[in-house]
Amino acid sequence: MAAVYAPAPMPSRPARMVVDTWTSMLRILLNYRHSPGLLAASLGVPVIMVVVFGYVFGSAMRIPGGGDYREFLMPGLFAMVATNGIMPTMVGAARDVGRGVTDRLRSMPVSRTGLLLGQTLADLLVSVLVLALLALVGLAAGWRARGGATDAAGAFALLLLFRFVMTWVGTCLGLAVGKEEAAGQLSVAVFPVAMVTNAYVPTGGMPGWLRVVADWNPISSVVQACRELFGNPSAAGDAWPMRHAVLAGLLWSALLLALCVPLAVRKFATHGR
Amino acid sequence: MSDTARPAIEMTGVEKRFGSTEALRGLDLAVPAGTVCGLLGPNGAGKTTAVRVLATLVAPDRGTARVAGHDVVRAAEDVRRAIGLAGQHAAVDEGITGRDNLHLLGRLHHLGARRARARADELLERFDLTGAGDRLVRTYSGGMRRRLDLIASLVTSPPVLFLDEPTTGLDPRSRQEIWDTVKELADGGTTVLLTTQYLEEADRLADDIVVVDHGAAIATGPPARLKAAIGSQLSVTLADPEQLASAAAVLSALSGGDAKVDVAERTVTVLAQPGVAVLLPSLVRELDTVGITAEDAAVRAPSLDDVFLALTRESADTLRSAA
Repeated sequence: MAAVYAPAPMPSRPARMVVDTWTSMLRILLNYRHSPGLLAASLGVPVIMVVVFGYVFGSAMRIPGGGDYREFLMPGLFAMVATNGIMPTMVGAARDVGRGVTDRLRSMPVSRTGLLLGQTLADLLVSVLVLALLALVGLAAGWRARGGATDAAGAFALLLLFRFVMTWVGTCLGLAVGKEEAAGQLSVAVFPVAMVTNAYVPTGGMPGWLRVVADWNPISSVVQACRELFGNPSAAGDAWPMRHAVLAGLLWSALLLALCVPLAVRKFATHGR
Repeated sequence: MSDTARPAIEMTGVEKRFGSTEALRGLDLAVPAGTVCGLLGPNGAGKTTAVRVLATLVAPDRGTARVAGHDVVRAAEDVRRAIGLAGQHAAVDEGITGRDNLHLLGRLHHLGARRARARADELLERFDLTGAGDRLVRTYSGGMRRRLDLIASLVTSPPVLFLDEPTTGLDPRSRQEIWDTVKELADGGTTVLLTTQYLEEADRLADDIVVVDHGAAIATGPPARLKAAIGSQLSVTLADPEQLASAAAVLSALSGGDAKVDVAERTVTVLAQPGVAVLLPSLVRELDTVGITAEDAAVRAPSLDDVFLALTRESADTLRSAA
């Protein structure tokens, strides 16, 4: 066989990481391009969420202290989209392990961090679209960002950060379970975690113990931070993360990233050892 | 590769334990550059673990392994640049096209975008997948997926190729296609380590066979020599059951083996001593001399199956000296 394709001189480590991140990103985006159904589903979810929660549930909802329920709901839905970042990476990572793709990649001279980073960045790109669509649907339903452009930009930045964090949590879990079906089953468990929050209803009416769980749920911090930044109605209590929601959202994100990125990279690099 | 005296793949006393399972217990292996080595063994013998150690996916607990002259632990990156791996799965991305699979792997091998694209086109053409190249892999048949998987391990023309049960679960035609490809690569000078449960596969492709059982090599050698280590099988079927005993005596005397009599089937069979050649005419003549008429008589050369069964049945120690 032609010697032309003998491995090229090895690029430096940082160069390799950049190239491998880009290639890995390209792979995920190509997957989306060939699965219009998947993209349509990702984009359809926000519309359905606004209809189901905003108009069906919302028709019977009263916010303590007053305020429009759909205005209250929108930051919750934005945070749900961010939280859902856990799913595609979890299922994708588990599928790759199960099908031997991970082993092939690990037997190649590639940057482990770059491969994983590329997948999470590709997801981030898709989620920009989903969040933008949700914002448009929200605007049509009467939601407004009333806190000024800077604060609104801050809210979207926090949402994207949280989505990025969740893709790493998903990568970690996917590599740990290692089977596509198991990842599918695990994604069912994400639902209650996302529900025990302040996203859909104020936590004030929950039993005491459940309220503590909900108030300290990282998702709740993001929701409350968005309510503050968008100037939307909220009914937060005096739990610490609720009184310092933006800070709490950032701290939770930093903590989860510091935990999940090294864990995922290590799990990926040493899988099966 | 410049050092031809050094085997392209070598393992010395490699041990690997997963929890309470000893997957490898002192496996030794030496595959000269440019040859095909067949790693043969039953399920759970440690074949896959051996490949995973060599492909830098698993670190050995003890012992050393080198590929293309590089230590798999200390110089893992150098090993990774010299190898291709095709596993038991079709390890390709089903959601994109075959061409994109190859193209992305080329980029991950740092060929650069343009060369990666050219290489993908070249491989598709060379292995008759051009027509399917732009289809999503999820529309491929099982055989096509495995062929793509094999091709995906050739993106850099690696000097050393690991194939872990490359044809398990494939139909005969797809199997033949994979075999042809492996043969072609081997003729081109690629060193191939192939694990298989199919003896025919090892017989066809391998220059040398290493029989592995319970995590260690129990026999090594070219297929012909392994077969020569056990004798051929003689069998006769008689019309008259009364003559079974005397026929057994003739067969034992001829072959130096212990004849077995099956009264119901009216047959006598014996496994000849290694090195004792018995030809069918002499068998018939000897029987004739004592007045026995055979309905059927056969001398069957040992197959690799016989070798495999004989080897894995007996203890590793007795056989290491025999082979």
